[in-house]
Amino acid sequence: MAAIKLDGLTKVYPGGVRAVDDLTLTIPDGEFFALLGPSGCGKTTLLRTIAGLEEATSGSVRIGDRDVTHLPPGKRELAMVFQDYALFPHMTVVDNISYPLKIKGLAKDDRLGRAVKAGDELSLDGLMQRRPAELSGGQQQRVALARAIATHPQVFLFDEPLSNLDARLRLEARTFLKRLQRDLGVTTVFVTHDQAEALAMADRMAVMDAGRIRQVGTAREVFQRPASTFVANFIGSTPMNLLSGVVRGQAVNVSGQIVQLPGDARQHVTDGQDVVVGVRPEYLSLSQSAADGALRGVVAIVENLGTASLVTLESDGFTVAATVADGEEPAIGTDAWALPIPGRTLVYRREDGELVDAPVVAAVA
Amino acid sequence: MAQQTTLPPAEQPAPAAEARPRPATDVAGLGRGRAAAFVGPAMVLIAVFLVFPALWTLYIGITNYRLTGVQARVPEIVGFDNYADALGDPTFHNALFLTLVFVLFSAVLGQNLLGFALARSLATLRPVLRRVVESLVLLAWIIPGSIVAFLWLALLDRDAGTLNALLQTPGLAWLIDYPLVSIIVFNIWRGTAFSMLLYSAALASVPPSQLETARLVGASRWQTLRDVVFPHIRGHVLTNTLLISLWTFNDFTPFLITAGGPNDRTEILPVYIYNTAISGGQMGYGAAVSLIMLVINLIIALFYIRLLRERR
Repeated sequence: MAAIKLDGLTKVYPGGVRAVDDLTLTIPDGEFFALLGPSGCGKTTLLRTIAGLEEATSGSVRIGDRDVTHLPPGKRELAMVFQDYALFPHMTVVDNISYPLKIKGLAKDDRLGRAVKAGDELSLDGLMQRRPAELSGGQQQRVALARAIATHPQVFLFDEPLSNLDARLRLEARTFLKRLQRDLGVTTVFVTHDQAEALAMADRMAVMDAGRIRQVGTAREVFQRPASTFVANFIGSTPMNLLSGVVRGQAVNVSGQIVQLPGDARQHVTDGQDVVVGVRPEYLSLSQSAADGALRGVVAIVENLGTASLVTLESDGFTVAATVADGEEPAIGTDAWALPIPGRTLVYRREDGELVDAPVVAAVA
Repeated sequence: MAQQTTLPPAEQPAPAAEARPRPATDVAGLGRGRAAAFVGPAMVLIAVFLVFPALWTLYIGITNYRLTGVQARVPEIVGFDNYADALGDPTFHNALFLTLVFVLFSAVLGQNLLGFALARSLATLRPVLRRVVESLVLLAWIIPGSIVAFLWLALLDRDAGTLNALLQTPGLAWLIDYPLVSIIVFNIWRGTAFSMLLYSAALASVPPSQLETARLVGASRWQTLRDVVFPHIRGHVLTNTLLISLWTFNDFTPFLITAGGPNDRTEILPVYIYNTAISGGQMGYGAAVSLIMLVINLIIALFYIRLLRERR
């Protein structure tokens, strides 16, 4: 068990694509860490560079107190579970699980014993003599996990571990993976493009874009206080409302309507500054009557989300979405007012998309 | 049976009629006559050029038919004498032995291993370089045999040969001193392209994540080959070996280089048949040997198919 330290890690592919760009990150021992981002953001390359499947162009990777930057993958003492599980179709379950131990030169009795033990922990007993083709997707995933566990690695790496499962099984596997990781206490990095997965499972997560980390934090921090409009857009099952406006005294003028500035943002803005006001649909309360400080609009679309509905209001110059409990949807075409819940409004600088209380960094070309 | 006959026709279960419904006469609406007219020419060609020669070979194999002389006009039926003669003939034994050596070294080992090695090393090469090498190897395969034979005669020539010039061994007569080795190397050079192409496709079918899993657990190149790559391409290996074995077994091109000589040191079976039946005029005997060769081919094929069936 060990912490992972990345320092100035860069991976440039032949042809000049910087998949990972000068990335520094520490993942403490025993943490369940998610790498989250859209396709092509470099999260999988980062995982593969930690694994040693890709060689770092510069920078270093440390696992525990060892510098593994130039070690081959087999010597890094880590185990990886691939999206397609990568089980060997010609081997039985028990042979698949014990294969890494066979390569490490363990005696047959020893490795079969460890394989059976790992299989039992993942309730694979009774399936040990089957071939992968005779197993369901969920069972195959557990075999891949058992193979990873049996080697007692210092680090687990999961590449999109849930994306080959159907929706129902995915929820079960989510809970299962989280409990397994907590029981084993092994430092785990997993890659996902599904923000709900990352929010649900990870102790902390990094949101990546274009080879860089845009924000690192717990699920709550990233969800409630996205560090930039990019993260704000990416996180959340319904996209955050991002309204362009201009600071006027203690408020922001959004196309003629007024939103109060949150207290902690007031000292960071100047009168007349261009800003973006961010507020999640979940943090707007909708009413059918005029309210002080609320945004007025005409109900344009009502989308059913199951237990709630997403109501989109149209106004001159902007649209704003708010969630309401089911049964309380306003009629389409009527006027409605969306009032931000105090303390949940965020203000971003329009020029670089960062929170106004973030230090201004010179833009990197 | 009795029960069925007692039932009225309409109530009969008639499983056969249900399982195989009468097909509509044909989709294009040609009708039997015109459909037959379309198929007819092909059937005639097959009959004239395939079925008839096969039957004719069977027939003359049991006669003392010769290319010239009295037996060419009035061949006599000699029963299985030709077969008995062939199986007891040391020159036939020699030809069979040479053929097996030729197939083993040039196809089963040579083309197979070299083709696999090429396919595996090409996979990591830059695409441009890869296509160049592939094209060169393919050229050896697609150039007509007569031209290739001429090239090799020029390469191996005793006095002005390219190989002697390269190795600085003037006057070394490759085709006289190492005739069997020469045609084995020749056949490897000529036939490797097929194995290379087949293995390139086969290797591409091995999932990358499985290769990476092997890398992650620290498997060596050889362990990866044995535990991950080979099980995936086992069927391809058997199919390839079967095909190149049969092709090499029946290959006549070496005749264009050595004509079976010197003496009979490269007289593989196809050359042996040609030399006895056409050059020697013993058509009946040659036909009998042809049939024996066909049987050997069948045995080889059955052997591989058995291996292929055992895969799991």
